Amino acid sequence: MWDYTDKVKDLYKHPKNVGTIDNADAVGEVGSIVCGDALTLYLKIEDNIIKDAKFQTFGCGSAIASSSALTEMIIGRTVEEAEKITNRDIADYLGGLPEQKMHCSVMGREALEKALADWRGEEVAPHEETEGDVICQCFGVTDPLIRKVIRENNLKTVEDVTNYTKAGGACGSCIPKIEDILNEELKKQPASAGAEVKKEKLPLSNIKRMQLVEETISDVVRPILQKDGGNIELVDIDGKKVMVALRGACANCLVSDVTLKNLVQEKLREFVEDDIEVIEVR
Amino acid sequence: MNRTVYLDNNATTMVDPEVLEEMLPFLKERYGNPSSMHDFGGDVARDLERARMRVAELLGAENDYEIVFTGCGTESDNLAILGTLAYFRDRRHIITSKVEHPAVLNLYRKLEREGYRASYVPVDRDGKLDMEFLKKSLGDDTALVSIMHANNETGVIFPVEEIGRLCRERGVPYHIDGVQAAGKIPIDVKKIQCDLYSISGHKFHAPKGMGVLYIRRGTRIRPLMYGGHQERGRRPGTENVPGIVAMGKAAELALQNLPAEERVRALRDRLESGILARFSNVQLNGAKDARVPNTTNVGFEYIEGEAILLYLNEKGIAASSGSACSSGSLEPSHVLRAMGVPFTAAHGSIRFSLSRFTTGEEVDYTISALPEIIDRLLEISPFWDSATKQCRPVTI
Repeated sequence: MWDYTDKVKDLYKHPKNVGTIDNADAVGEVGSIVCGDALTLYLKIEDNIIKDAKFQTFGCGSAIASSSALTEMIIGRTVEEAEKITNRDIADYLGGLPEQKMHCSVMGREALEKALADWRGEEVAPHEETEGDVICQCFGVTDPLIRKVIRENNLKTVEDVTNYTKAGGACGSCIPKIEDILNEELKKQPASAGAEVKKEKLPLSNIKRMQLVEETISDVVRPILQKDGGNIELVDIDGKKVMVALRGACANCLVSDVTLKNLVQEKLREFVEDDIEVIEVR
Repeated sequence: MNRTVYLDNNATTMVDPEVLEEMLPFLKERYGNPSSMHDFGGDVARDLERARMRVAELLGAENDYEIVFTGCGTESDNLAILGTLAYFRDRRHIITSKVEHPAVLNLYRKLEREGYRASYVPVDRDGKLDMEFLKKSLGDDTALVSIMHANNETGVIFPVEEIGRLCRERGVPYHIDGVQAAGKIPIDVKKIQCDLYSISGHKFHAPKGMGVLYIRRGTRIRPLMYGGHQERGRRPGTENVPGIVAMGKAAELALQNLPAEERVRALRDRLESGILARFSNVQLNGAKDARVPNTTNVGFEYIEGEAILLYLNEKGIAASSGSACSSGSLEPSHVLRAMGVPFTAAHGSIRFSLSRFTTGEEVDYTISALPEIIDRLLEISPFWDSATKQCRPVTI
């Protein structure tokens, strides 16, 4: 059984704002019966304020709870305030969701965007679904949506992307494409994102440090090197000294010192600790 | 509400009190190792052999040494499949169905990655095997046919005797995953003409952690593990004596209670007809005729299975779902998909599985509890119009 929070349990048992709104000012529909998730959101908007919100959901307990939470979060807010709500906010409101269920919160966020676009008289179809390439044919998930969810939720792995968007969760043929998108987005991540992670994780025990070093090399550094035909092997960790060996194209690169200091060490300092030192082992 | 109505017996069953009673001494004072050379262990060995005979009787085995105790149904399946392939190394083709339990299906996928050619026999809308496909698939290179006796999700019984004849004619080893059949329908491994037959104790009121593989006398098979002489070297390792004793007693009781399965069938039919009559958005998944007596699988259209389960749970009713969301995967059950159950119903599928301990009152309580749940979820569903009591246009 899923480890749902009390808030999730309360809201799927007693969902608030279920139903439709006659003459709604905005309607947002996402999902389909094939996907196993669908949500229709109805809004009443007066003087730029969301006066009422109701929903209908085809989905599991967390889908019902996420939809209910969304309506509670937006009633009484201005359109501009509602626009800023992310799927992470919905999940936080619920006290968290199992990773595999995060796509329910993304569905809520998508329905809200669609409804507000409808209210503005814009094309009702959401830009995430109509613009850009469809990456996951099984669930109709597009490149822009995947990128957006990666950025907003600081996702690090393909499994994360699947949990948050369902992309790659069926036939799996799109997984290599998702991996490419993920690697591109990881490269773009601002240093501040890393600083936040670092700040949260200090002070570090030896075990925690080793774990973070491994994760950073695996999730951040290696994908960048692999883009250029290279690779990296973590050889040992002794306190704050990290021994690595460059592999593939990087092994014979004339500027491997630069790679080690400006990329590997820099990323480890960004994501793990300020004074970590990288030493090359040949 | 503090009551529990347990209708998930294909997942596991309660331990029969008589089984527990017989097992307890072996967890307390009778802890000897059956391989020991003293009476303290030797007496235990005799109890172990009595259990073996009881299981042999349940399966219709000719000799008790055809019974090999394992740790679970999955281990039995793996021993049967890998053990057979280890013997017939020159044959590279294997056959199973599309609706097998993961214990077989995932192993077959692994074997495919290792170079085996696998044929997956499809099923029709009722969940029945495509026997023509199976016949055509059998070849000189076929190392093994592994087909379940009864499906765990729908309860549909496969024509195991007909497959046995085909395999015997072609000289192909034949394994049956009988985990969902044992204790529910009569089993006669000689009549079926199978070489290997897997069962699991906790599906018929023994504790978890016990499996059996029937290995017909003379069947070519190699062990997965190497160690001592236990189980004639086919599954070495000190025996789980309390589990084996319990499983023996459970097998004896299951055989005795087979006639009582007609009562279970009547209760299952009462539940099924009660559900099918009450709702317009429900369909039966699986053949109505050839099914084990305890299982029904119904698909509620336009609502999702996990949500139904959670609402049932609130009323103290434990069932199971083939929906994606309840399993952590993103697609509904591979069994329902192989049957071609439409997505409109597959996502809302619920399996109710009864046992001889299920009461009529529990069945009636479940029938009476469902309308509030289904109506509430339909009211929430964007695909259902509560005013007209009809489905809204659905985009697929």
